[in-house]
Order: sequence, then C-alpha cells, then structure tokens
Amino acid sequence: MTVDTKSTGTRNVQRLERVVIRFAGDSGDGIQLTGSQFTATSAVAGNDLATLPDYPAEIRAPAGTLPGVSGFQISFASTDIYTPGDAPDVLVAMNPAALKVNLPDLRPNGVLIVNEDAFAEKDLDKAGYTVNPLEDGSLDKFQLFKVPLSKLTRTALEGVGLATRDVDRSKNFFALGMMYWLYNRPPETTKRWIRENFKNNAVLAEANLKALQAGYSYSEATEIFQQTYDVPPAPLAPGRYRNVSGNQALALGFIAASKKSGLPLFQGSYPITPASDILHELSRYKNFGVTTFQAEDEIAAIGATIGASFAGSLAITTTSGPGVALKSEAIGLATMVELPLVICNIQRGGPSTGLPTKTEQADLFQALYGRNSEAPVPVLAAATPGDCFAIAYEAARIAIKYMTPVFVLTDGYLANGSEPWKLPGVEDLPEIPVRFRTDPEGFRPYQRDPGTLARPWAVPGTPGLEHRVGGLEKQDGTGNVSYDPLNHELMVKLRAEKIARIVMEVPDVEVFGDPGGGDLLVVGWGSTYGAIHGAVRQKRSEGRSVSHVHLRHLNPMPGNLGDVLGRFRKVLVPEMNMGQLSFVLRGRYLVDAQGLNKIQGRPFTEAEIAARIDALVGGKK
Amino acid sequence: MNPAVTNPGGVPALTKKDFATDQEVRWCPGCGDYAILNAVQQVFPELGIPKEKFVIVSGIGCSSRFPYYMNTFGFHSIHGRAPAIASGVKLARPDLSVWVATGDGDALAIGGNHIIHMLRRNMDVKVLMFNNRIYGLTKGQYSPTSEQFKKTKSTPFGSLDRPFNPIALALGAEATFVARAIDIYANHLKEVIRAAARHKGSAFIEIYQNCNIFNDHAFDAVREKDTRDENAVTLEHGKPLVFGKNRDKGLRLNGLDFEVVDLSSAGGSAGDLFVHDETAENAGAAFLLAHLGDRPGAPTPIGVFRRVERPAFDEMAARQIREVTEKLGPGELETLLNSGDVWEVGP
Repeated sequence: MTVDTKSTGTRNVQRLERVVIRFAGDSGDGIQLTGSQFTATSAVAGNDLATLPDYPAEIRAPAGTLPGVSGFQISFASTDIYTPGDAPDVLVAMNPAALKVNLPDLRPNGVLIVNEDAFAEKDLDKAGYTVNPLEDGSLDKFQLFKVPLSKLTRTALEGVGLATRDVDRSKNFFALGMMYWLYNRPPETTKRWIRENFKNNAVLAEANLKALQAGYSYSEATEIFQQTYDVPPAPLAPGRYRNVSGNQALALGFIAASKKSGLPLFQGSYPITPASDILHELSRYKNFGVTTFQAEDEIAAIGATIGASFAGSLAITTTSGPGVALKSEAIGLATMVELPLVICNIQRGGPSTGLPTKTEQADLFQALYGRNSEAPVPVLAAATPGDCFAIAYEAARIAIKYMTPVFVLTDGYLANGSEPWKLPGVEDLPEIPVRFRTDPEGFRPYQRDPGTLARPWAVPGTPGLEHRVGGLEKQDGTGNVSYDPLNHELMVKLRAEKIARIVMEVPDVEVFGDPGGGDLLVVGWGSTYGAIHGAVRQKRSEGRSVSHVHLRHLNPMPGNLGDVLGRFRKVLVPEMNMGQLSFVLRGRYLVDAQGLNKIQGRPFTEAEIAARIDALVGGKK
Repeated sequence: MNPAVTNPGGVPALTKKDFATDQEVRWCPGCGDYAILNAVQQVFPELGIPKEKFVIVSGIGCSSRFPYYMNTFGFHSIHGRAPAIASGVKLARPDLSVWVATGDGDALAIGGNHIIHMLRRNMDVKVLMFNNRIYGLTKGQYSPTSEQFKKTKSTPFGSLDRPFNPIALALGAEATFVARAIDIYANHLKEVIRAAARHKGSAFIEIYQNCNIFNDHAFDAVREKDTRDENAVTLEHGKPLVFGKNRDKGLRLNGLDFEVVDLSSAGGSAGDLFVHDETAENAGAAFLLAHLGDRPGAPTPIGVFRRVERPAFDEMAARQIREVTEKLGPGELETLLNSGDVWEVGP
C-alpha cells in the first residue's frame, strides 16, 4: 500500500494508494453527514471512491447503546476501486458502543481515533464494557489516538451563543476537520456546504465552520499524528465527474428519460426505506414537469402510476420488497393492459419487514415470478451507484417501446452508496421515440406492432380512439373481453413472446478475463459487481484462470449467455440471497452453477469472494 | 334539458347514442344498473365535454362492468383500486373528466382506504357508488353496507358487522360533494349527476341500486311508489325539509338532532322547519341528515347533502409545477446533470 514517504517541513507525508476510513457514532451524532462530506471532498480531490453507509432502522435508538450505532465507510484511492473496502484502515469512534460494534473490522495496526470524553462509566455501561477499553491494553494492537472531542469542541465554540447540547452536536465537524488534516484534504468543499445549508441559521453555520477549522488546527498544532497521508487523484477516464448515490442517479435517469422522450414524468410512491430518497429527490424537480404523488399506500402508489401511464405520462413507482409484495396484483394488471411503467425495488433484508436499513438481493424471484398466473415482466438490475442512471433510463426506454411494466432492481447498498460518476453527454443518450396512436382509422386497442408486439398507446383525449382496457382477458386485436379458451392461450403466449423479444435490446454479455473460456466464470448481478470484479482482478493478477460476467438484464437474459457459460469448467454465482440467480441459471442453461451466498445484510468483501475462487481453482501459484 | 343546445365551445352536439358501445350489456334482467347506465348516458351528452375527454375507471364487481358499456375511454381495473387509478389519470391530465364506477364492496371494503383518501384530497374525480348492500358478482355474501344480522351465504346465522353509512363516511373524509340518489328515479338521479359534474373537486354519489337476484327489496321503503313519499325526504338547496304523500311532514332541529313535525297538527308550523343549505361550512347538519334514515319513523334523505368549494388537488398540483417553473425557469437536463460538486478529469 505504501508508495513512498517524504517530509515536507515539519510534517511527514506518506503517499498511499488506497485508504478505507470508517466513521462511527451514535445515530444522532451526524455520522452520515460526516461521511458524505468526506466523500464529497475526496471526489473533488479526484480520487476514485466507494462508500457504504450503515445505519440503524431506529431513528434514535437509546443514545450510547449498541443498536443505536451508525457507521459510514469510505474507500478512496489513486487507482480504480470497486468496493468500499474490506477492513478499515482508520476507525473514528465517537463513543464506546461505536467502538465495540466496529472494532472487530479494523485492520491490525489500524488508526483508531476515539472521543475519550464519551468513555465515562455510564457510557461504558451502556455499551456493555465492564472495564474501560482505553485503559486495559486491549487496544494495543492499534494506533490509538485518544482525543477529548467534546471538550475541545466546547472550547472552540465558546462565545458562539449555543447551548452546550447544541455545541456538542458540532463535534462531528471537529472530527472531520482532523481527518481533513490527516489526509491533506482542503476543507473548502465542506465549508461551502455549511454556508449553503445553514444559510438561514448564521449561528449554526458559524459553529460548524469553527468546529471544522478547530479540528484541522488542533491536529496541525498538537502534531498528534506523526505523519499525514496523501492519496493522489485516480486515473479516471477523461470527462466531467460528480459523486452520486444510487438513488440520486436513479432519479436523474428518469428525468433524463422524461426529457428525451418528451413525456412528463409521474412518480407514484409511498415512503419506504431505502427507497424514499428517490421520492425526495424527484419532488424537488417540479420545474422539469415532474409530478410526484405520495399516495396513501403502496397499492395506491402503483394504481396512480398505472393511471398516469394510461393518460400518457412516463410513469414510475419506487419502493422496496414489502411494497412490491403489495403492488403485485397491480403489476399483473399493467401486464394485462400492456401499459408502460417502471417499478423500482430498492431491495433490503427480508422477509417481511426484515432489515429495513440493511442490504440484500433476495427479491430476484419476486421480480421474475411474483405474480399470479403467467405475467412476464422485464427485469433490469444496476451494478453500481452510477449505473443506476443508465438502468433507469434503459428501463424507461424498454417500457415505452414494448408497452410493458419493467422492473428495476437495486438495493440498499447501491441506493445509499456513492461513487464518482462520469456525466453522460445529453446528446449521447439513446433516443426514446414515443408514438401515440392518433389515427382512428382501423384502430384496434390490441393490434400489435409486428416487430415488438407492442400494442398502440392511445391516450384519453384523442378523438375517435375511445376504448376500454381492463384486467379481464382480452380478445386478440380488438381487446374486447374474451373467455375463449384458445384465445386465452394465444394471449398468454403473445404476452410471453413480447417480453422474450426484448432480448433484441439486450447487449451480449462481455467477459472480463478470458472470453474463450477457462477454469472458472464468476457470474453476478446487481450490487455484487464491485466485490466480484475486485476479487477476480486480484486472482487474475495471481495467474488464476478466472473470469467475470455481470448481468444487468435478468429478463430476458443476454442472448449469448448460454454459450458463454458453456465455455467454463466451473461457474460460481455469489449472491446476497440463498441462490436465486444460480437457480435460474441451472434451470435455464442446465449449468452446474455453484452458489456463494451471504445473507448478513452486508455486502460481500473482496476477500470472501477471492477465498471461494481459491477453493474452486486452487490457491496461490 | 335538450342536449343539442348545450354545446359551448362549438363541440359537436352529442346524443345518448354516442355513449353506447357495441358490447352486449350483461347485467341480470331487472338489475338497477340498467337505470344508472341509462341516466349517465343521458347526462354525459349534455355536459358540453367532448366524448374523448371522458374517462371512466372502475374496480371489480357488477357495477364495475360499467365502463364496457360507455363509449368513452374506460378502465376496468382491479378490486378497490379505481380511485387510485383515476387519481393518476386526473393528475396526469387535469383536462379530462374522470369518473369512477364502483360498488359498496369495491369502494367501502377492499377499496376503503383509497376512497377516503381521494375524497380528503379533493381530487377532481366523480364517484358513482352503486350500493346494493350485497356482494353480487361473488353470488351473495354480505357487504359493508348490509344491515347487521343479515343472513347470507357467508353468514347463515346472521352477520355481526355493523354497516358503514356511506354518506357519513364520505362526510367524515371531508368530501366536498356528497349526494344520494335512487337507481330508478331517473330525473332526480340525472339532476344529482349533473350537479356532481359541475362541482370542481371530488364528488361522491351513493346510488341505492336494487339487486333483484341476491338482495331484492332492499330499498323498497324508499323505492316503491306507495311507500317512498312517507319514507324519503328530498333535499333541496334553500328549501325547508318537507316530505309525506301529502307533504304534511317536515323536519326541524331540536337540540342536536332532527325531529319530525306533523304539519297538519296544531303544533306543526312550516316556519320552524330546517332549511337545507348544501353549502354550509359546518358539516354538522349534513351528518345529522346522513344518520336520519337509521332512526325508526324518520325519512331517508336523498339529494345533495353537502357541496362546498375547496381547491382541487389536481389543480393545485398543476399550479405548483407552473409556479416553480416560473420561479426557477424550465429545467435543463444538461444543467441538472452538471449540478453539485463537479470536477474535470483531463485526458
């Protein structure tokens, strides 16, 4: 990891390729804010980065307790990286509970910064410590820095005019200031953010700015750290970048699709973790003609979405697994009436309420099959936070072209995680042509396009096209209600064939590694991309014959997938579920896919996947 | 009213025939639904709205087959969800005239949540709720409006549920237009439908509809010629509440409830009678009227219980988009993508 060490004046700067930092504290400590500010600053510094926010489902679990611990991990590097990192190099722990929960992950000899003011007896009690870990030698294998964060922040903010309780809430900015000094990051981006966000509260703005500066100056003046670190910019592909989370990118993708198609965007949604941020994001963009409708429940949310689609909008509904369960009857209806809409499932741990704030990808079966009867729906899955933009856009394009509901799967890890995102050129985005039927001559509601099998989109308000749609089986062509046995079979097959033809839109899979075949192919989908890719690269650099294929289209699957699978002696499918994709691959391609399954509400580490690769194709050469 | 003359804006004059479809109507012979269909087909051409601007959304049940028989845009959806789908249509296209055809099971059991929320939002959607106090399409189970202890297929020893009072429910949900009509009294029904069409915002019409197969005679008291005048009072805006075959009874307030006054007796004076005001800000009297029919000896009101003006949700949503766009300027995708902390990586 260490590249070189140099001395600049009094401070010793060590150059690093990659650093993993985890901020941890009480859920009221502003940990997510601290992490996202460090992320924004590192992005502007030109690093490649990946983040993993990890917060409890309870808004404010009892202060100082283990369930109330909130964490934010960021990995930033001067090289390409694919995950937020396995083990943190640095842990900032604001209290004993945060220390206890996160210490097992800190790498040996890692940097440990603790707020020693938060280690009074009652604090230790709440975290279940019988002796103070700062004093019993249990932390000897780490570089421990005990900082009186609360006292220092109080001193720095004397005279600002805030109550002690409010002063204490600025201590995260003090810690952030320290980290900026340690990693040679200019605090300007955060200062700008504070001024902008607290523009209506001058006192808080001043307090946070002072705390940030105090943390920075304290580190500089006390020389608490013997050296600082420098992580140079990463060689990203040329272009303009910004840091985006998956939920943000998803929202932007739909706005882009709305602009390109010329259709107003309609979002029907009901708040649910971890999808609510998409609603928050889109509700800000009314000047883009976006209508957001916070419905009374999940069913009404998709109901309104179907209504808006019937009336000619680009209509989407956003939710998580439990919401999809409620929406499934309506998704069947959309399949029957053949109207375009996009259903986004930001997956979380389940079943039932499960782990609302933790990630999982166990809703693949639900997306593929979770409806009564034969109701095929295209399914797309984003691989990285930035990829959510492209997937949202592509889902909208397919929905409109084929007149069908389309599923988009992401998960909590993608939704809240972020990465530098290369901005697409607006003119480079594929066209989304919309052809509303306007001609009443010979109009039949279920007359299909011979290529796509899509039926015409005939929106209310168009003279001469008055017609009825509904959930009852349709007569081919006319769309009239029909109970004819052979017509029903024909319609079931036509609906299936229409979805199957979407394979025309699906690019062939590209094999990272050996396209001609080899010992092992690792097949993934969704947010496991980073961990799989990192592990496969590492193992290839060690000379292993291992390749990676990542699926963004789960239905229909890429046309060449069967061929590609056949070229490898072994197939491994890492998934954050009990083996849903491997079940599908085994069923569809008769391939002996083996699962690597993790159901812990946490993403895979590269090491976990690398270890399985070793087990399947031998260890180090 | 002559439909040919009410066509403002040069809309071609429409007739009842324009709203009939080629589909065979498949309700049971003698069903009250025919009368409702007939009334709607007569009123729609009078409204001065182009045919293609009507959208009728329904759920599941006998009443929900309604859209198939109306030559407008129609959506026969899933059980209980018509108000949600209609809300989406109206939000996407506020220029459309959006109607919901539903029943007591569809609207008040499985779809209860959607109907109350649509009403409280004052979404500009008109609801025709066919109340036959029974499940017809599933062949005769009790519904949320069935009288308590009713013996049905699913309740051979009598149902235990207390019924909803649909008018009180709509009032409780802050609906801005609440009315009741009876299937076979065509002129009154049409008048109520016209008033609902004119109203800006949610309109809820409960229509007593006889199911002659599974719940025949449910509304005989107010539906049969020889009993209705004694058992129903027609609400007329600005007029005292008078009823009876000889219009010899009236209603007046006594404390916090109505009482029946015998106008022919010495103590009865027409001057004491309650004068109905649809537009009263206070919904108190409307609530009392809603529950009037529950009391023995008191008549069941039909007509418009409440009609108040409130901004419609769809209008406000469209205005918000307009105002934000005026303030911030029309959104540019390029600018949006490039917002926030953006940095350049050189070649």
